[in-house]
Amino acid sequence: MQAEASSAQVKRFEEEFARLRKQQRLQLIGFAIVFLVVFKFAADISNFTPQRLAAGLPRIGEYLSFTLPEIRLTSLFGDVAYWYYGFFRWLGLLFDTILIALMATIFGAIGGFILCFAASRNLAPHFWVYFVFRRLAEIARTVPEIVYALIFVVSFGIGPFAGFLALSVHATGALGKLFAEANENLDERQLEGVRATGGNWFEVIRFAVLPQVLPNFITYTLWRLELSIRSAAIVGFVGAGGIGQELYHAISFNYYEDVSAIVLMIILTITMIDLICEKIRHRIIGKESLH
Amino acid sequence: MLRIEGLTKKFGELVAVDNLSFEVPTGQMLGIIGRSGAGKSTLLRMINRLADPTSGRVLCDDAFEREVDVSALKGRQLTFWRRKCAMVFQQFNLVARLDVLTNVLMGRLSYQPTYRSLLKMFTPQERALAVMTLDRVEMVPFILQRADTLSGGQQQRVAIARALVQEPRILLADEPIASLDPRSAARVMDILRSINREDGITVICNLHTIDTARTYCDRLLGMRTGRIVFDGLPAALDRDRIQEIYGREGDEEVDETVTSTALPGSRIARAGTR
Repeated sequence: MQAEASSAQVKRFEEEFARLRKQQRLQLIGFAIVFLVVFKFAADISNFTPQRLAAGLPRIGEYLSFTLPEIRLTSLFGDVAYWYYGFFRWLGLLFDTILIALMATIFGAIGGFILCFAASRNLAPHFWVYFVFRRLAEIARTVPEIVYALIFVVSFGIGPFAGFLALSVHATGALGKLFAEANENLDERQLEGVRATGGNWFEVIRFAVLPQVLPNFITYTLWRLELSIRSAAIVGFVGAGGIGQELYHAISFNYYEDVSAIVLMIILTITMIDLICEKIRHRIIGKESLH
Repeated sequence: MLRIEGLTKKFGELVAVDNLSFEVPTGQMLGIIGRSGAGKSTLLRMINRLADPTSGRVLCDDAFEREVDVSALKGRQLTFWRRKCAMVFQQFNLVARLDVLTNVLMGRLSYQPTYRSLLKMFTPQERALAVMTLDRVEMVPFILQRADTLSGGQQQRVAIARALVQEPRILLADEPIASLDPRSAARVMDILRSINREDGITVICNLHTIDTARTYCDRLLGMRTGRIVFDGLPAALDRDRIQEIYGREGDEEVDETVTSTALPGSRIARAGTR
């Protein structure tokens, strides 16, 4: 009797399981078809053919080899000094770039902090408040930095200030959204504990939300700093200050050796800052997992 | 006096609390018993207004003996009510990363302007009150330790201290000992009873073991599927009444000697009313 009942249950489970597996397989096939269709469209629009790829690839090497300086072992120092004739000017511009990124990240973090509580579904006092603040963060984040930079260069003039503004707006949106998502993942019981004592909205945020999310906020901000440095080097292309402006100049005037010199400096700087930020982030995360 | 009038809470189709009416005289220690899902937590949460009732009212006398409809309070009035009607939870609900002292000072938030709270400014008098209250629950040695480094029983005692510095008139306890071992549980129940007896604070406590409810409470309410099926003295709770609260379906008997507080030979076990 018992055995019969359980074998019937096993059979029912097997049927259900087979149905689920079939559904998953159909989904996978569906995704594959969608991908192929999209790929075909993309290839048509961009005139992609394997031949074009094959013909273009060597030209990349050609351009790169143009930019390489002539360095001989016999006159090593002289050649490097000639290659890096603008070293101190470029170093200054790199410093500008880092400063743009740093200030933009700090102001972005402040902006994101102000936005994020009202942009969290579980903390916003009303659905419409949540909706408006979420959309604000999205608008600030979706428009590419380079577009903001163009707008601000036109309105505030060429220079680092436009770059700083552009990166700040973008970082505000991006961090606002990340912070809000951290807020949405917190432990509600701690909020309830403070709310039940008679704490108002601000007090609940200050004493129940912040202690929980602050480590997340710090790691997100450091991560954002890494991205901002990269972006700061790029927005210079439209005149928003920093090393990017100089790089664009070198590229468009075909100062080949300058291009390689500047690019190398940018790569080294970004790598260094990435490593430092990563160290700090891991230290913060490491501390968290200790208790 | 706390008066519940036709209180109802629906979650979609599900009626969690079904048209409840009862009164709690000031200074009573009331135990609410019933299975999980009987609506005990929802009832307490509606009294503290962490949840809003679908219909019905919660009425309470204010300082001038006027009856106030708690279920209609908003804004500042609502935070004042929550301070007057403190709550402790099954999972303690302390802020994990804050130290014990700061957690207890949370109970003073509604006594001061928001800007002072946001700057974490509390008066020396308030800190003294917090320390004295912590002394009462024997938690002073842990005062600067982070809340999440404490054991469950210790956390619950901190949570009770937080509730006490609110200087409440009513204390709601939602399954305060369900996550604790018998020894810690007995300690927490002792503290709740002393708060009731010595400070004259009305205590309403959800419990799921009959033995504990009998030992500590002046009066018991039995709840089943959102309704009250028993209201009386612990002594009046006989086998039939227990079956009615915990259900007759199935052939498992409800073992009323199952306990969460009584330790063999402990003071509580001897003080039991049976």
